[in-house]
Amino acid sequence: MSAITATTQMSTPNREIDTRGNRRAKRRKRLSFIADHSLGIAVAIMFLAPFVFIVLQSFMTSEQALTGDLWPQSWHPSNYVDVFTKAPMLLYLRNTLLYATLATLFMLLSSIPAAYALSRLQWKGRNIAFVVVLMMMMLPPQVTQVPIYVMWTRLHLTGTLWPMILPNLLGDAFSIFLLRQFFLTIPQEYADAARVDGCSEWRVMTKVILPMAKPGIAATAMFMFFFCWNDFYGPTLYTSENPDSWTISLGLASFRNLYQVQWNLTMAATILAMLPVLIVFFLAQKVFVEGITLTGVKG
Amino acid sequence: MTIAVDARGAGQPSPALRAKRRRQRLTVLAFLTPWLLGVAIFFIYPLIDTVYLSFTRYDLLSPPKWIGLTNYRFMFTKDPQVVQAAYNTLWLVVILVTARVLFGLAVATLVTRLKSGLGLFRTVFYLPALVPPVAGVLAFVFLFNPATGPVNQILGALGLPQPLWFNDPSLSKPSLVMLGLWGVGDLMIIFLASLLDVPKEQYEAAALDGVNPWQRFRYVTLPNISPVLMFAAITGVIAALQYFTEAVVAASVASGQATTGGGNAALLGYPEGSTLTYAQWLYVMGFKNYYLGYASALAVVMFAVSLGVTLILLRRARSLVYGAEGTR
Repeated sequence: MSAITATTQMSTPNREIDTRGNRRAKRRKRLSFIADHSLGIAVAIMFLAPFVFIVLQSFMTSEQALTGDLWPQSWHPSNYVDVFTKAPMLLYLRNTLLYATLATLFMLLSSIPAAYALSRLQWKGRNIAFVVVLMMMMLPPQVTQVPIYVMWTRLHLTGTLWPMILPNLLGDAFSIFLLRQFFLTIPQEYADAARVDGCSEWRVMTKVILPMAKPGIAATAMFMFFFCWNDFYGPTLYTSENPDSWTISLGLASFRNLYQVQWNLTMAATILAMLPVLIVFFLAQKVFVEGITLTGVKG
Repeated sequence: MTIAVDARGAGQPSPALRAKRRRQRLTVLAFLTPWLLGVAIFFIYPLIDTVYLSFTRYDLLSPPKWIGLTNYRFMFTKDPQVVQAAYNTLWLVVILVTARVLFGLAVATLVTRLKSGLGLFRTVFYLPALVPPVAGVLAFVFLFNPATGPVNQILGALGLPQPLWFNDPSLSKPSLVMLGLWGVGDLMIIFLASLLDVPKEQYEAAALDGVNPWQRFRYVTLPNISPVLMFAAITGVIAALQYFTEAVVAASVASGQATTGGGNAALLGYPEGSTLTYAQWLYVMGFKNYYLGYASALAVVMFAVSLGVTLILLRRARSLVYGAEGTR
């Protein structure tokens, strides 16, 4: 009886201390949470503010766009239609998709076997070949541009997108590097098992390694596609004289010039150029982040 | 007798083994053929040809004419614009790369200290890095428009001075740096992964030794992440050496003229040549004015500089090659 009383007497203050302690700990936690996150939120606002301002601008009337107003008086989604009617944006979009799709497909065809040989096959000179890949990756395109440009002129392909698409049939250094890094993360045992079973090396690659490297291949393809989508140097060099071959990057840069003061239309076009990249990123964020990490961390 | 057989076996493999090795070599060759062709056509041949063309006068119409060192003499003594372009590019190499690495590291460190919402913050900080360069420049020239841009509207409302940003020769490059800092997300992701990889035990040991935050960063964090910082710095320098898109578009848009690619000499590097980069000068001389010999000389100098930077990387690549092999 006394023991029970003692326990209840003992337990009551104990529980009170616990709750008070818990509450204090919770409050401290909440305060430090706010302190830690206020800086994060401030920086996040700085990173997001440009998006907000250009979206607001893209909905303004052409008259209001001439003022310094930050908020639209009335909302004009029709700006996004005008972008297509006042400039051949559909043609630019078609050209960009042609460039990006073919370049990515060709790159995969040529770079996957090369990356496989550099990571999964044993041969003399493999390390030297990898150093060549690194050197090609680091070489600014301007260094070899003159002879390559002359070559495409001889083939009468300047003015078209082919000078940017066709070289991918012969491998792309950055993609080979990235694919190699992905292939190296797959345990060698799976390939060895298939070889013991008498598979040819081509079958080992297509049936064993490639299915396991799907995320890596997806990330590499996505990087290539986005590189083409964003590319400005290549289209400027080869197609600036021929507007029929312009891509979105080129169209966008001159769009501003066609409508010098029409910031509302320019910003609507800018958003349209960003949108596909952002959407794909949100759909495939994990693959993407993995890919970027692999480009740097292994270094 | 047995010794003789052994010796033969060691010196000359049996026909079956030799056939197997030949098959293996052919397999490797088959996998590599497209890439090897690529190395020959798009790397070795143009590299050699560029060096040759740099000693010639060449305009695509008539065959190249040997003129010795004339292109190089012109470049180093008589071309004021190449001096300006090289200065601007060097400025970007030093300031832009340093600023991006430091800011990327700061943002990554901030993300590691956030107890919750790490994924969300990481996404927000990465997002601008995805924006196509041309779209990003257009957005920034609009944001920093001296008369109507939101930045100067806000500065004005706060009673602060309203600079001319992309229209001021002394602020045009710093404005481009701000654009580069907005897109720092690619570095941030790499740094973040590296920071999260630092072994926890090392921090615990340092805490037992009672180190201050600076010492903890200097002696625990930095040695662990320095390879990644080095990689970021070198790839950053290589990218800055070929800085083209942002400078070209910013100049043409801020000047309000249709000069895609920089055709109009008067507006080259607007304002006052402050955004003319080496890569742009090479492009204009070679592919707008068709001084292909001179452009090749510019390319040779660019190659020498980028090779020097790459060699630093390749010295580190030894660990890259073997380090990656160790992860099998």
